[in-house]
Amino acid sequence: MLQTVTKTKALRWLLLAFLLLLLPAATFAQQQITDDQVNEIAKDVFCPVCENTPLDVCPTVACHDWRELIRTKLAEGESREEILDYFARQYGDGVLSNPPRRGMSLIVLWILPALGVLLGLLLFSRVLRGLRAAAAEAPASPPPRPKSSTGDPTLDDYISRVEKEIED
Amino acid sequence: MIADIGFITLLTAFLCAVYAIIAAAYGIRKKDDRWVRSARNAIIATFPLLLLAAGLIITALLTGDFSIRYVSSVSSRGMPTYLKVTALWGGQAGSLLFWNLLMSAFTATVMLSKWREQKELMPYVIIVVGMTQVFFLLLSTFIEDPFARNVVIPADGQGLNPLLRHPGMIIHPPMLYLGFVGFTIPYAFAMASLMSNQQSDNWIHTTRRWTLIAWLFLGLGLILGGRWAYDVLGWGGYWGWDPVENASLMPWLAGTAFLHSVMIQEKMRMFKMWNMFLIVLTYCLVILGTFIVRSGVISSVHSFAQSAIGPLFFAFIVIMFIFSAYWVTKRHDTLRSENQLVSYLSREAAFLYNNFLIMAILAVVFLFTYYPIFSELFTGEKGFVGPPVYERALAPLFAVLVLLMGVAPLTMWYRTSIKRLGRSIIWPALGSTVFIVALFFLGVHLWAALLGFWLVTFSAALTIMEFVKGTRARMRKGEAPWTAFNNLMARNRRRYGGYWIHIGVLIMAFGIVADGMYQTETQLRLLQGESITLGDFEMRFNGVTRYPGADDLLITEANLDLYKNGKLVRQLTPKIELYQRSGQPMTIPSARSTITEDFYVILVNWEPTSADAATFRIFLNPLINWVWAGGLVFVFGTIIAAWPEREKQRVRARKPAIAVAGD
Amino acid sequence: MTDTIQTTPPATEAPRRKIRWPMVVMWAAILALLAVLAWGLVNANASRPEAGQNAPTFNVEFFDGYEWDNRAVSSLSEMRGHPVVLNFWASWCVECRYETDAIEQAWQRYRDQGVVFLGVAYADVEPNSLAYMNEFNVTFPHAPDLGTAISKKYEITGVPETFFIDKNGVVRHVQIGPVNQQMLDTLIPQMLAE
Repeated sequence: MLQTVTKTKALRWLLLAFLLLLLPAATFAQQQITDDQVNEIAKDVFCPVCENTPLDVCPTVACHDWRELIRTKLAEGESREEILDYFARQYGDGVLSNPPRRGMSLIVLWILPALGVLLGLLLFSRVLRGLRAAAAEAPASPPPRPKSSTGDPTLDDYISRVEKEIED
Repeated sequence: MIADIGFITLLTAFLCAVYAIIAAAYGIRKKDDRWVRSARNAIIATFPLLLLAAGLIITALLTGDFSIRYVSSVSSRGMPTYLKVTALWGGQAGSLLFWNLLMSAFTATVMLSKWREQKELMPYVIIVVGMTQVFFLLLSTFIEDPFARNVVIPADGQGLNPLLRHPGMIIHPPMLYLGFVGFTIPYAFAMASLMSNQQSDNWIHTTRRWTLIAWLFLGLGLILGGRWAYDVLGWGGYWGWDPVENASLMPWLAGTAFLHSVMIQEKMRMFKMWNMFLIVLTYCLVILGTFIVRSGVISSVHSFAQSAIGPLFFAFIVIMFIFSAYWVTKRHDTLRSENQLVSYLSREAAFLYNNFLIMAILAVVFLFTYYPIFSELFTGEKGFVGPPVYERALAPLFAVLVLLMGVAPLTMWYRTSIKRLGRSIIWPALGSTVFIVALFFLGVHLWAALLGFWLVTFSAALTIMEFVKGTRARMRKGEAPWTAFNNLMARNRRRYGGYWIHIGVLIMAFGIVADGMYQTETQLRLLQGESITLGDFEMRFNGVTRYPGADDLLITEANLDLYKNGKLVRQLTPKIELYQRSGQPMTIPSARSTITEDFYVILVNWEPTSADAATFRIFLNPLINWVWAGGLVFVFGTIIAAWPEREKQRVRARKPAIAVAGD
Repeated sequence: MTDTIQTTPPATEAPRRKIRWPMVVMWAAILALLAVLAWGLVNANASRPEAGQNAPTFNVEFFDGYEWDNRAVSSLSEMRGHPVVLNFWASWCVECRYETDAIEQAWQRYRDQGVVFLGVAYADVEPNSLAYMNEFNVTFPHAPDLGTAISKKYEITGVPETFFIDKNGVVRHVQIGPVNQQMLDTLIPQMLAE
């Protein structure tokens, strides 16, 4: 829904971005913060204006502003965690690509997968054991293998396998 | 005129599909072959009808008949001719028509080629395929009619969405559609086999190649989608764990599990129910994926939530899920394994481990993709899961899978002794260890990267050993090396095609690990004439030109010289393309691409007034071309595996089976 | 008789089949998934509250220096009994610049009659919001869209968007795009007249 708005207005926003860049950026004491430092954090933020596009590549003015905020905060000496935390508080957990470990995200993204894999392993080992037990009751006899002919057991084995599979 | 004929054609195709279901069901009930044959003819007839409909739309697109709404919404006079043709799948209504066309083409082919072979299953196959066809034709005819007219005829059309003009995006949707549609056929045979209560493995033999081809196209669609993202989206990567991407990855994963476990059924007559379940799951994931990315349930991009398609599509999903689950439950007891597991260390056990891992990956991807809904349902806030979460959860699973990919082919059916396995493993293990020690001294110090490289080289070495051992075994019989190698593949296409696929995937994995761990990037502002040094590279910014392109395009192009070790190696021209009418900008990167690394530049920003300065973002992507090269090997392997075996061999192979059946 | 007694137990036990857990799990999973999807679809189709529908309530935390009824924190339900003009805007939004003055003037005209004006800054960064409000010299209550929650409830499709909510908490009009003075002067007296 927001996407449609974004597209039609992107040009204007882009032009505005150019204008904003022309403003003497020196008003903030932030020149020592490089774009790379900003992108390092912006990578893990998704602004609501550009859906599914990380902040570091989103071309809209809104996202440009968000990046500048990261720059300001970095210049003020805030850490990566503090900045990400600020964004989560201000705009909701949904803007972080790596949601904070609390509530729903803790359950769905950490507990459920771990539980699921554990439960899966348990179930899987039971299925395997069941199959194995059935086999012990009625042992299926593996087909006899042909005798060695080359003197190299690995190779013999391989030849017999290749031949057997060709026959199958 | 075109619009009228087109609509009538679509309507006729819809009625044909409806009739086919009814006639087939009636024929089954009355055991009357004439009705079944009539149903077959009706379902085959949808193909020429839809071909005509597609032809009509293409004609309208080529002649610029803007009285048709679809034509005016996806094309414009200035568009190149090939784009006018591919605009057939550039919008919703056209895509649906194109999907229907492919579906009917697949159905007609399977009806014509397998009719005699599978006479008992066919009436059921018609019903199942017909259900899918009826639904999509219903959408095409009544909801998203591509022949709907404009109230006011515009002088020119709006043109194709710029994102869809890239060659990758032109081939990508047809590939995905072929994959999606292709899986309908094995699904229909599986369901037919359940419904007719035939307890044979017939459906697997009949649909083996279909499944492989559908899987190939889906895989190709994924790779091309990645390539498109890399070339057009301009974020330096190729896979973003986007819901749209996941929607096609999930059926591909389920299909991969099926292709592996089906071999247990063929050899050991085990896990019949499980295979049935996997193919049904694949189909369900296909329709679920189509629904989810377009219904606005997860992401609102390309949403049709506001139209009637959403609820209709949901109804279709409910019907197909319950229909599938009903028959699976009903026939659950008739499909018993005829064999048991002898050892945990056997080929069949290895396939089971593979299935477990793939299912775990699938479950994680599923959970994360649907996280926004769960989150909103329980907390009211739309959550979001980004790439780091996926990578953290999936990396260990993929690592074990890569290991299994190398080791599993060494195991034998029934049982393998640890001693024999150890003998085959020792040299490749030593070799790959030496390799990563060398890497360590060359400067690769991240433990995750070293582990990844070790796993990939170890598995690759094991797979290559399989080829070597097989060739040597044949050479013992007096064949020349090259002949032996070729015969090896010709004699067992599926097995060695499979190994080629493994090698392709391993090459991709090598590139993915390298790029994932060692991608470097920087963003900076350069004045005209300035240059920047990055590793061995030096990039000089010569200036920016701005010129109009095709249609309403305004192109801003930076001119860069790239030097490596002081030598000019390439001129790079990253662009910002602006579609003036829609105001949509596109960032087209430019890259110097070699087998070892890509130097990939994006023009982020250009300031025309301030002394021609521009902001660039540069990515150094090591070994990224291995991902695409691995993709090519993957395709090659799948083609080998799917290539029809020579007739003579098939006859010889089938004789014993017939004899047994005759007894 | 004894014969039948002896043979019946196995016969009655045979039809009592074991519960097939995999099937139960499969059905449960399918039904749960379908239920979630159905909910998701309804939710995705839930469009913004249109005229005549109840306005969803929400909490606001005003920007520093702004307040309503001497409160720094409030909610829509507390504003029941007052007509509310809920305006979504952003400092990066070009079209918002056309309407801000008109809204501020309307606030000056109607504030004494109990009309609440509430500006919500959508996906905006705080320093820019404050600079924008300073530039236009706005005095009516302004709040950030904390957690992007308010805009989510109102399913806005972009900014600016303005919701006119009457004394009973019912949406009377939704304006997509900028509002103008004439519109404000027609709608607000109507809401007051009730």
